[in-house]
Amino acid sequence: MGTGTQLGRVRGLGTAKSGTDHWWKQRITAISNLGLVLWFVISLVRLPDLTYATIVAWLQQPIAAVPLVLMIVSVFYHFRLGSQVLIEDYVHHEGNKVLAVLLLNFFALALGFTAVFSVLKIAFGAV
Amino acid sequence: MAEFALPKNSKINGNGIKHAVAPGAKRAKTFRIYRWDPDTAENPRFDSYTIDLDQTGPMVLDALIKIKSEIDPTLTFRRSCREGICGSCSMNIDGTNTLACTQAIDDVKGDVQITPLPHMDVVKDLVPDFTHFYAQYASIKPWLQTVTPSPSLKERIQSPEDREKLDGLYECILCACCSTSCPSYWWNNDKFLGPAILLQAYRWLADSRDEMTGERLDELEDPFRLYRCHTIMNCSNVCPKGLNPAEAIGEIKKMMVERQL
Ligand code: SF4
Ligand code: SF4
Ligand code: FES
Repeated sequence: MGTGTQLGRVRGLGTAKSGTDHWWKQRITAISNLGLVLWFVISLVRLPDLTYATIVAWLQQPIAAVPLVLMIVSVFYHFRLGSQVLIEDYVHHEGNKVLAVLLLNFFALALGFTAVFSVLKIAFGAV
Repeated sequence: MAEFALPKNSKINGNGIKHAVAPGAKRAKTFRIYRWDPDTAENPRFDSYTIDLDQTGPMVLDALIKIKSEIDPTLTFRRSCREGICGSCSMNIDGTNTLACTQAIDDVKGDVQITPLPHMDVVKDLVPDFTHFYAQYASIKPWLQTVTPSPSLKERIQSPEDREKLDGLYECILCACCSTSCPSYWWNNDKFLGPAILLQAYRWLADSRDEMTGERLDELEDPFRLYRCHTIMNCSNVCPKGLNPAEAIGEIKKMMVERQL
């Protein structure tokens, strides 16, 4: 690696040959978040009340459960992508950076899957 | 972590010298100027100079030249063209990166505070170290690259419409006002190329005569080199030539997506 010259240092290890995918997926999930969260809020407002029984009955319809699962996936994916950028911006120690991104992935996956599982559990009626 | 506080040796000490020299001036103005001398162990300080605006040209650079030649010859700064075309006199004036030679003194309310461009190593006083910035510029190969051999004894033809696509790009004077105003460049300039260099990269991507577009895009396909730009827009707000690096970066991202879809 040409660390002996200024240009060598700038060229460094070369490009990662990725970046566009991450950026593009962040835009796409931003748009899907917008639509799905809007749907979620409107649906809640239009329910007659917010009691346990009403919510469970609502979620047992596929027309509610499916978009809600989609929303959870979209929101958590977007959160994961965005937080990774944040970490890369501010954490400069290579070891800490890798650790932080790893923890982020575990955290987002665990929480996202728990949320999806909860919705499915209600949707399939095992309450 | 990113460094949010000044390192110890960059903290301003209170030993600034007050040069009050404008007896009888009707329009006195005080300039508070960042001073740092690499030959002493002293931390940087702010010296203040009061001058008579009736005896000074209209621009901040005129005041700096007057101070240097009449009050304090040790004051160090870069300048050349004094008309906004060489990019030498970029500095932070009253909190904004700009060119001293095109910044009117009258547009600054109160004392005029001047510091070097932010987040650059300082060589002396108002002179920042551009070595890394220039190496980043060299890294994007800022020259015409083709596969087609050059037409013998003829120029490479470009239509007026294609030439127009370079407007708003070729005027960049590489003053670095934009890059040094960009928070992403502050935190990650080791890898992020910054708005000035990316605008230049786009200048060659937009050139109808250049045939290395794919290779140029390959060299930018990186989470740091290009994608550290989060469209904060400081760069476009600050450019003293009225250019729009943020838009050029947006165009590069568009090309990146276009070749994948
Ligand atoms: S884009 Fe503007 S601010 Fe940036 S280097 Fe070029 S002229 Fe200076
Ligand atoms: S638009 Fe991009 S390059 Fe310009 S200041 Fe913002 S982050 Fe920096
Ligand atoms: S002296 Fe040339 S740009 Fe200011």
